[in-house]
Amino acid sequence: MAEVQIKPMTMNFGPQHPAAHGVLRMVMEMDGEVVRRVDPHIGLLHRGTEKLIEYKTYTQAIPYFDRLDYVSPMCQEHAFVLGVEKLLGLEVPLRGQYIRVLFDEITRILNHLLNIPAYAMDVGAVTPFLWVFEQRELLMEFYERVSGARLHAAYYRPGGVHQDLPAGLLEDIWDWSEQFPGIVDNMETLLTDNRIFKQRLVDVCPVSAEDAIAWGFTGPVLRASGVPWDLRKAQPYMVYDRMDFDIPVGKNGDCYDRYLVRVAEMRESLKIVRQCIKEMPGGPASSTDHKVTPPSRGEMKQSMESLIHHFKLYTEGFHVPAGETYTAVEAPKGEFGVYLVSDGTNKPHRCKIRAPGFPHLAAMDFLCKGYMLADSVAILGSLDIVFGEIDR
Amino acid sequence: MAEFFTSTFGDYLGTAIFTVLMILCIIVPLLLAVAYLTLAERKVMAAMQIRRGPNVVGPFGLLQPIADGVKLLFKETIIPSGANRVAFVVAPMITFILSLIAWAVIPFDDGVVLADLNVGILYLFAISSLGVYGIVLAGWASNSKYPFLGALRSAAQMVSYEVSIGFVLVTVLLCVGSLNLNDIVKAQADWWFCIPLLPMFVVFYISALAETNRPPFDLPEAESELVAGYFSEYSAFTFALFFLGEYANIWLMSAMTALLFLGGWQAPFDVAPFTWIPGWIWFALKASFVAFTFIWVRATFPRYRYDQLMRLGWKVFLPLSLAMVVITAGVLIATDSLPKKNNALPASAVESTEPASD
Repeated sequence: MAEVQIKPMTMNFGPQHPAAHGVLRMVMEMDGEVVRRVDPHIGLLHRGTEKLIEYKTYTQAIPYFDRLDYVSPMCQEHAFVLGVEKLLGLEVPLRGQYIRVLFDEITRILNHLLNIPAYAMDVGAVTPFLWVFEQRELLMEFYERVSGARLHAAYYRPGGVHQDLPAGLLEDIWDWSEQFPGIVDNMETLLTDNRIFKQRLVDVCPVSAEDAIAWGFTGPVLRASGVPWDLRKAQPYMVYDRMDFDIPVGKNGDCYDRYLVRVAEMRESLKIVRQCIKEMPGGPASSTDHKVTPPSRGEMKQSMESLIHHFKLYTEGFHVPAGETYTAVEAPKGEFGVYLVSDGTNKPHRCKIRAPGFPHLAAMDFLCKGYMLADSVAILGSLDIVFGEIDR
Repeated sequence: MAEFFTSTFGDYLGTAIFTVLMILCIIVPLLLAVAYLTLAERKVMAAMQIRRGPNVVGPFGLLQPIADGVKLLFKETIIPSGANRVAFVVAPMITFILSLIAWAVIPFDDGVVLADLNVGILYLFAISSLGVYGIVLAGWASNSKYPFLGALRSAAQMVSYEVSIGFVLVTVLLCVGSLNLNDIVKAQADWWFCIPLLPMFVVFYISALAETNRPPFDLPEAESELVAGYFSEYSAFTFALFFLGEYANIWLMSAMTALLFLGGWQAPFDVAPFTWIPGWIWFALKASFVAFTFIWVRATFPRYRYDQLMRLGWKVFLPLSLAMVVITAGVLIATDSLPKKNNALPASAVESTEPASD
């Protein structure tokens, strides 16, 4: 009898699929329940961010970074702002550095608070999501109090931050940090030692350290494979070198390790948040070089020069000396980098964005091949993909 | 009662009217219970997830199920152009009807049962085995990939767990010596079977979760994988029928757990304050408690993977229940406590199954 070639079933996973994390579309070739090939399609959320930035002044470009990975806005602003500062050769006052580190870590918790329970929900556990989501709400209130916006903050500026912290905020963040570990513990009781949760994740899609590096993984996905690479330690920016924290590292690089690394990272971030509040120095929150940062309202009423600075900054913007830089920060999802080319004008000549989610998504086929459909959902959740940054 | 109808309307018509009335007496409260189980589920899960749940429609959201039902009734039933129209519409009906007719043999109180069959439990088992047809038909008729995969999963899952449920039933039967549900409850006068047959009780409960496609075994409708599984393409009333059927099945499985292992309508202790409460209330309480645990499990656990589910069914539950059948039979023979053969049909069975012929 002649051998019959059975055509694999192709399935469209997304873009309107409840587990597709936004607008992901994956074309899957299935052999029954087993995934044979995954073809991730991107571009459904493409907004041309990089091109738009070329037509905006440096300050006007900042809000675009909030809208990339909309779950961790401030970390991405930080990469851009750091790059601009590097080109300008601008120093950030110590208080500004502490504020940025503080909010970077709040952002990290914010991101992991979305990813971990959403991941659990992909695996079928609905309750953790509702248990911890209130905490996100509290954190976004802190966002709102410093910047006026819950999500798209546009708070970091070249030279520091937009405004100093409002009175009483540090005390409130401290109070929040007192109760937060209890919430994480609660969530862990539902997940970490849950038999079914472990059965679903342990030994699913282990990635070796070599593979993880070869595929360009960064962030928790890389660290779960046992590579202690964290830009906050490896190339400390701002005051991270003064911070006392550990880098959680996984052993097997499977889905379960990625979950554990993220949970541990939240606890480490909390340590940094608390240290920042304890050590928060006085002084200005932003550089006093008013060629880049706007002068205060009070000064503007008194000094002609300040008024001119203000007018120039909010119309033309500042000019950045010609040069190029690749600046990266440790965003919650991994290395978020900005390659910035300046031609000496007030607008970037080119701004290439390196989104950590992109290499992760690109490896979907490598990761999912041979696993079951339900595993591919768990793998997708463990990569923490947000389409804002991938499609840009 | 039956005599009143037969004397007023004649033998055939009278019996027919009487039977229809009896059926309505079961189905109307059952459908109400189903509607309010959906509300209870949302409320209980909300409480477990630190939120309010439905609280807008009526006091405490009590009219929510009715609002939901009316909404589904008034919507347009959309049949996908690629679907097999007949099978597509028939599938939810099958699921719904099967979930209702099983109640014919459930005793709500001592002897209060529509059809006191002497093979009641076999009937129940047969009906619940047929349940898979509605789902497979729905998945196939939708002519769409997610429903198809959902139906495949569902068929495999329901068939595998029915095997272990079958063996659980055999152990119960060994202890009772009758297939009549009324007798099974009566046999639990001293000990509820959940105590001597604890492992079987656990196996039955978990299999019941799998049989009703409830979390953590809700693979056929795993939303993060298969959107809505076999009823992805269903809308409006066809969807409502699936939904009602599914929740009626939860009640059925809860009722079966109560009957087989929790002493049915019997009071937990045969002493004064407990015996004042009528039997059907005990029965309702026990079934409600089991239904509550179904919801509790849903709020707590993640979902199994397909192969894990199969492994649990075939490699854990099946050998375990088989071993328990042998052990139970061995213990019963060794202690010479096998129930004695009982040929006499209960009087109520003769009454309710015979009248059409006399």
